[in-house]
Amino acid sequence: MQTTDLAVVGAGPAGLAAAIAAASAGVRVLLIDENARPGGQLFKQIHKFFGSKDHYAGTRGIDIGTRLLSDVEALGVEVMLDSVVWGIFADHTLGVIRDRRNVRVQAGSICLATGASENALAFPGWTLPGVMGAGAIQTLINVERVLPGKRVLMVGSGNVGLIVSYQLLQAGAQVVAVVEALPRVGGYGVHAGKLRRNGVPILTSTTIREARGKDRVEKATTVVLDERWRQVPGTEREYDVDVICLALGLTPLSELAWMAGCQFAYIPQLGGHVPIHDEDMQTTVPGIYVAGDLAGIEEASTAMEEGKLAGIAVAQALGHLSAAEACRRKEAVFKRLDELRSGPFGEARQKAKTRLCHPAVEEQSAPRPRPGPKHSERQG
Amino acid sequence: MRIENHPILGAREQLPTVLIEVDGQVIEAVAGEPIAAALVAAGRMVFRYTRKRHEPRGLFCAIGRCTDCMMVVDGVPNVRTCVTPVRAGMKIQTQHGLGQAKGGHDAND
Repeated sequence: MQTTDLAVVGAGPAGLAAAIAAASAGVRVLLIDENARPGGQLFKQIHKFFGSKDHYAGTRGIDIGTRLLSDVEALGVEVMLDSVVWGIFADHTLGVIRDRRNVRVQAGSICLATGASENALAFPGWTLPGVMGAGAIQTLINVERVLPGKRVLMVGSGNVGLIVSYQLLQAGAQVVAVVEALPRVGGYGVHAGKLRRNGVPILTSTTIREARGKDRVEKATTVVLDERWRQVPGTEREYDVDVICLALGLTPLSELAWMAGCQFAYIPQLGGHVPIHDEDMQTTVPGIYVAGDLAGIEEASTAMEEGKLAGIAVAQALGHLSAAEACRRKEAVFKRLDELRSGPFGEARQKAKTRLCHPAVEEQSAPRPRPGPKHSERQG
Repeated sequence: MRIENHPILGAREQLPTVLIEVDGQVIEAVAGEPIAAALVAAGRMVFRYTRKRHEPRGLFCAIGRCTDCMMVVDGVPNVRTCVTPVRAGMKIQTQHGLGQAKGGHDAND
């Protein structure tokens, strides 16, 4: 059995930041990730981040990832890759599958930074090859440099839908349209503006009705929705496309937090069931912390700040940081988080996060969710 | 199709390649890339057919969660090709149903 002061599960932006914050204060950290490469989704992010200089603004995700990885290496954090944490047991023990063998890790504290998975949408033809998640498309075009098709219909106009649409243009594809079921564009105006300037129509109150094709997507039909979300007959429109990209939001990957016995609150603005946590990112189970999308769907920049909070809190709990020094470091993070959570989009998240730290009784520990279609239901 | 030139990422690096065999056809793959990326780059979108209705499935999530991209790799069925890197000489087959393990019986029966 391996032992460590802090086990961080997930080496994305939140997990990397937690590992760096704790290790730089002297905590022995083990960082575990199921992928062959650390960095989570950062290496797909070829756009520049927003915010101030303290938030890595103007820096692309890939460059932030590279910087965090070199920090992790310099601090001597042990990184365990290709390793799946499949269970979390009493006394902070983790079950890890590595090289097809089960390894146990005994940790003083645990920070869960497992991230999120993409939401899917079931419509006739949604299982056809060529219908893909936005994350899949981003991996293909920005990491593997493979273009899966030439003409794409994007479903969803949140920031992911808008950014991936633009990245598809950069990769040389044509985006025939972005459809959005809501009556307004979901993401930032700056991202929508870039698409509009490139002639990509963003069709609000419109959704996908059907995908057709023999062995892969050949056609997509869209339809207009009325104010009660009903399809308006006669508004169908057919597009010749070879890829349909689904950008429909994310759901926290919360299995380990459920298994650990953390209490949850149901907060739709944060992606559904989210572990209740305090301002140190500690859950209702002492010694188990959360950070990043698992703690509520936001952005990579907020995920890194939350990871830092968890790392500082663990260092303080272990006596590596004095209360005064920990407080000073946390205040700096709170200040940056307040800036990141300002503006019309940020304020809604700020309110939701406040509810998560102080949930009303009726929100707590709602029954386990039965979400919409799952990837695994595509088996057929 | 490979993206050769990119306004942000620049020209594609000339990385070492390996040859893999897909349903008997030899294709070139970039060393270390996921099997799924090599297949999509070669224009192959159908990875398997489902057990009950024999419907085609391809790459969907690309992060090892949805299992839509499972294929038979070197005789082992149900390999998630989006998280499995290519190796020189690898033999990849379209999977039908749950696939047939090497030396075993067809899981469809």
